[in-house]
Order: sequence, then structure tokens, then C-alpha cells
Amino acid sequence: MTKSNHIIEICNITKSFPDKVVLNDVSLTVKQGEFLTILGPSGCGKTTLLRLIAGFNSASSGKIILDGKDMTSIPPHERPVNTVFQRYALFPNYNVYDNIAFGLNLKKVDKKEIDQRVKRALKMVGMTDYEHRDVQSLSGGQQQRVAIARAIVNRPQVLLLDEPLAALDLKMRKDMQMELKEMHRTLGITFVYVTHDQEEALTLSDTIVVMNEGVIQQVGTPTDIYNEPCNAFVADFIGESNILNATMIRDGVVEFMGKEFECIDKGFGENTPVDVVVRPEDVYIIRNAEAAMFQGVVRSCIFKGVHYEMFVETPDGYEIQIQDYNCFEPGTEVGMMIKPNDIHVMRKERTENHVVGKLIDATHVEILGESFECEAVEGIESGSEVDVAFSFSDVELTDDPDDGTSWGTIRFILYKGDRYHITIRTEGDEVVYVDTRDVWEDLDEVGIKIRPQALKVTALNTNA
Amino acid sequence: MGKLVKFFSRRRSWSLPYVLFLAVFVVAPLLLIMLYAFQGEDGGFTFENFDKFVHQREAINTFIYSIGIALITTLICILLGYPAAYFLSKMKASTARVIVMLFILPMWINVLVRTLATVALFDFLMLPLGEGALIFGMVYNFLPFMIYPIYNVLQKMDRSLIEAAEDLGATPRQVFSKVIFPLSMPGIVSGVMMVFMPTISTFAIAELLTMNNIKLFGTTIQENINNGMWHYGAALSFIMLIIIGLTTLFSGSSEEDGTNEGLL
Repeated sequence: MTKSNHIIEICNITKSFPDKVVLNDVSLTVKQGEFLTILGPSGCGKTTLLRLIAGFNSASSGKIILDGKDMTSIPPHERPVNTVFQRYALFPNYNVYDNIAFGLNLKKVDKKEIDQRVKRALKMVGMTDYEHRDVQSLSGGQQQRVAIARAIVNRPQVLLLDEPLAALDLKMRKDMQMELKEMHRTLGITFVYVTHDQEEALTLSDTIVVMNEGVIQQVGTPTDIYNEPCNAFVADFIGESNILNATMIRDGVVEFMGKEFECIDKGFGENTPVDVVVRPEDVYIIRNAEAAMFQGVVRSCIFKGVHYEMFVETPDGYEIQIQDYNCFEPGTEVGMMIKPNDIHVMRKERTENHVVGKLIDATHVEILGESFECEAVEGIESGSEVDVAFSFSDVELTDDPDDGTSWGTIRFILYKGDRYHITIRTEGDEVVYVDTRDVWEDLDEVGIKIRPQALKVTALNTNA
Repeated sequence: MGKLVKFFSRRRSWSLPYVLFLAVFVVAPLLLIMLYAFQGEDGGFTFENFDKFVHQREAINTFIYSIGIALITTLICILLGYPAAYFLSKMKASTARVIVMLFILPMWINVLVRTLATVALFDFLMLPLGEGALIFGMVYNFLPFMIYPIYNVLQKMDRSLIEAAEDLGATPRQVFSKVIFPLSMPGIVSGVMMVFMPTISTFAIAELLTMNNIKLFGTTIQENINNGMWHYGAALSFIMLIIIGLTTLFSGSSEEDGTNEGLL
């Protein structure tokens, strides 16, 4: 391999704990000097990835290369990285000065130089004159500044930051964001930043890595990620968005909400089911209803400071979120328009559920850890492995997990204008997707029922 | 009548029985010790009891010897107890809890019974009773009181502090000497308090494990009081109380950082 300008290379990292796979075959490269943010909801594996780079955990499989050297089995104290922890992790038995000098003292750096470097680091984080203070007497923001100083004073090649601002209040967070960005510019070292706050990620980063359920969803610049999300998860997680089921009629024409729209996306084939994303600020309300592409009635209007946020319902029952500088009272009939290049078309990740199961007898199949009734199956031997397909809307959810044939936990809810697309993870770690108009809540435990007629059972060619 | 009801319905009044108990059986005896210690045979105020102690070689020797034994016991308890606590804190919480339980289990048996068993054990192994047996018995009796507070502190220690130290370049040994050990001091201090102070005043263990050959300060006090030398005995007790008081004072000041989590 040629010596590239990649400071970190993560190759096919998988990390599993006894009961859960946290990272699933993750590969990522970080360029020298960039500000890279790993963004995702809690439990997506972002902190684990950072801890693997720092060396606090070891991967189940895969390789981590730092500055061209394989670091997979190198202990944390020998890695050229330093970490800023979410809860500061300052040593309570040392004062501010000794906390910052900790790393330099270990390296037996000359006392005079330590003194200079500590003072410079303190100046950089705006904490001059705090040298002799007890760390526990400092406020959260001050402690985090000391923690940052303690890390950068060692001049690491990579600074790892694990949600460093999460414990601070909003105002302090905004100030610190600007300071971190400034610090990154001055120091010129690579920052790897972990956060669940998409706004923070957009503000700070050169590159954003969006993760969910242990898998990287998209890597790109903040504008790429915002304007060209690669799937519904990213579109929903970054910023506000209207995500709708659509059909790509042909290149440049997409149909959604029962209407054809002109767009600029190509190469999806003809009559292909797709998802479209339209940002709320890209839907224009026009007074002249004649010129509008479609009509609707304003259902709610809330002042948000810069703009008004409105929900408009179309005659077909779709709900569209719109941001506009003008206020339209609820009940007003309005016309709307979307420009072709504001429609972003995404390939659908799936069109129906597929699970692997076992045929018990002609009318029963074992899927999701339970026996489900199905229509009589012919030509497949009982006990053989089968593929079972069923559509999103054929799954019925019940409030009481015990009422269903199987049960699971709601992990992700995506609003699609007229329905919710819900991701459910079962006890056996299998995933079922459901389309429903009922309102459910994240992390609800629900029962799963499927009509016998909905299950399409086909033989799985295992020895093919 | 109404006043009485009101008095008893106040929560503060419920502590009254204990306050009375404390006053009669703890505070009053302590005051009596002080009173007796400074009283001569004729009942007048005097320092002669202390004077007698200072001029009695044997008593002074016993006193110094007792402190020495207590120090050795405490030191051995730290040396044995710290590693034990350290490894316990690294174990899975459920396993550690069971093992801590096993350490504490013997404490439920009376000290005398345990010590008599130790005597029997030494007899069985044909080991001589004496100084070695005494120290063994003391360590055996007081070790759990050292392990538990240290384990408590170590187990509650923030893991990210250890990671932060590793991250800043500390080898496992440096992590221990620069972070874990200094931060576990409160545990050691409470352990010392719970081992050193009682060992100074033991006498039953010493009597049984040395066949009455070695006298500890506790034994001296007990002998004097048994022989009706109330005033001299009280003076000796008073001296011991002062030593214990000083230890508490010393450990109190080193715990000022507000971490008394090591206490049982």
C-alpha cells in the first residue's frame, strides 16, 4: 500500500459483545488534518468506534491503522492519539496544572518545557490563571476546557472527542463549538468527533460519517449529507425533511402524492419504487393557486424565530412540513410548488420484508422465533429452511406484546407524509419493517401479527 | 396531655431512647474514666497515676510493644488486603459480591470462638503459640475490615479516569501508582482506622494465642482494673483513648477532600 495522506484507516472492523453486534464490518478512512464527525443516534456504535481508535476496546475482527502503522493490538498508552471524554475524566487528586502536565511528566519532558507547554495550552483554551485551582471547583465548561488542554498539550496526531459538549448548556455549547473549530484550524491536527447532535456535526465538520445500528450509512461533506442523503434514515436524521414513497416514472419524472413532478435525478429505471426527500424550506407556498403544482389546507402554523413552520394537508391525506417567512393561518387553502432540483430521489433500501424461517408443517412456518400460520404450502418438505416475504402493510401491531404471535421493540420511526414506516427489532435480533397509520413511540414493546394470506413462503436453496 | 402527644409525635423525640442510652453507657463512662484518671486514692485531683505510668518500665514497654504489634498487623492487613480488594474490584460485580461475602462470613462468628479455633489449628499443626501466632490471629481477625473499604472505593472509581491516564501515555504500572492508588487513599484510611484502633486495645486474642506469655496494653488495663486499681487503670485507658483520638484526627484531615465513601 502506498503511504497515503490517510492518518486513520479502519478496515472491516466488527465488534460484538456477547448479546449484540455493535459494529458490523465498518471501514473508514480519515484524512490528515480533517475534522471528521461520527454522527448517529445513541446506541449506533459511534462511541465504540472511537474507543477502538483510542484502544480502550479491542475489535472482534478487522484492522485499525494509524499513520501507516497497524495499531490493532497496540495498547492505548502507545498510540499517537489523545481523547477528550464526555464526562471530562479529570484526575481529582491533581490540580489544573498537574492534570495538564500529566502526559508530559510521563514522557519525562524537561520541566521548563512542560511549564511553557502547559501555559500555552491553558492560554489556548482561555484558562490562564487557573493553574493552581482544584479541578473539582471548576464549572463543567471549565473542566472540559482543562480536559481539552490536557489532551492537546501532548501534540497528538489525532484528537478524539467523545461527545465533549453533551453535558454543557446550550449557550456554552455554541461558544465551545466555535472555539473547537478555531482550535482545529490553529493546531492543524486531525479531529475525530463523536456526537448525536446533527446541528453540531453540520457546524463543525469537514466530513460527516452517519451511523446507525452499527453500520455506516453515509460519508460526505455537511452539504452532501444535507442535500443528497443516500437513504431515508440519513434524510430523517439530518435536519427536517419530508420523506415520501414515490415512483420513478422515467428519467426526470417522479410521481408522489398522486402527482407527477419534474426532477433532475436519472438512472433509476422506469416505474421503480423510490423514496423522495423534500426539505421543508424547499416547498414554496404561492398565493396564486392556479399556478400551484398542488393544493392543501394549512393545519398548524408555529413561529420559530426566523421562519414559520407549517403543516399542510393535501386532499389525498398527505401531510407536508413547510418552512416559510410568511404566516398562513390554519384553515387557509394554499397552493404549493417544488422546484425540480429540490426533489431528491433515493433508491429504496427495501420494498418488502424478507426473513429466513423453517417450515413446520404445510400450514405453519417458524419465523421471528415463533410459529406463524400461513396458507398451505406445497412442494416444500417440512423442516426445511424457507424464505418468507411479507409486505410492510400486512403486519399488524398490538399494544400488548403478548397479544402478538411474536414481539419486538420499536427502534426507528420514519414519517412518510401519510404513514409511519417503523423498524422493529425482535428478541432474536431480527428486523421487521411495518407501514402503519397508527402512532407508536420509539422503544415501545409491541406484539407482531401477520395474516396467514400475507406470508409468501419459498424454498431456500441451501445446497445450490 | 396535649403537650405530651405533640412531644412524642415529633420525629426528633424518637431518638430520645438512644440519646439516653448513649448518655448513660457511653458518655458517662468516658467522663468517669477521665475523673478516675485524675483522682488519687484519697479522691483529690492529681497527676500521680500518669506519673506512675511514666516511671513504670514494664507498663511503658507493654504500651510501645502494643503499638508496634498494632502497626505490624495494620501493615500486613494493607499488604494482604489491598491486592485482594484490587482483584475483587476487577471482577464481575456478581462474582465479587459472593467473594466479599465469603470474606465477611467469618465475622459472623464470635471473636473468641474464632480465636480458640486458631489456637486449635496451631496445636494441630504443631506450631508454637507466641508472637507469630498473635500477629496471625490479629491479621486473620481484622483483615476483612481492611479489604471491604478499599474494595468499596476501588469499585466505585470512575473507569474513565483509568482510561484517561492510559490515553495520556501511562503504562499499567503508572496508571496504578499515579491514579488508582492515590484515589484509593480514603479506603486505606478507613481500613487503617478499623484495624489499627481495635488492635491497640485487644487483650483476649493476645491472651489466648500466647498462652498469657505476651502482654498487650489492653491486658495491662484489664489486669489493673481486675485487681481493684481503678484509678491507675483509668489513667491507662485515658492514654489509649488519646492515641485513638489522635488517629481519628489524623485520618479525618486526610479525608477532607469530601470522599468518605470508603467507610463501611
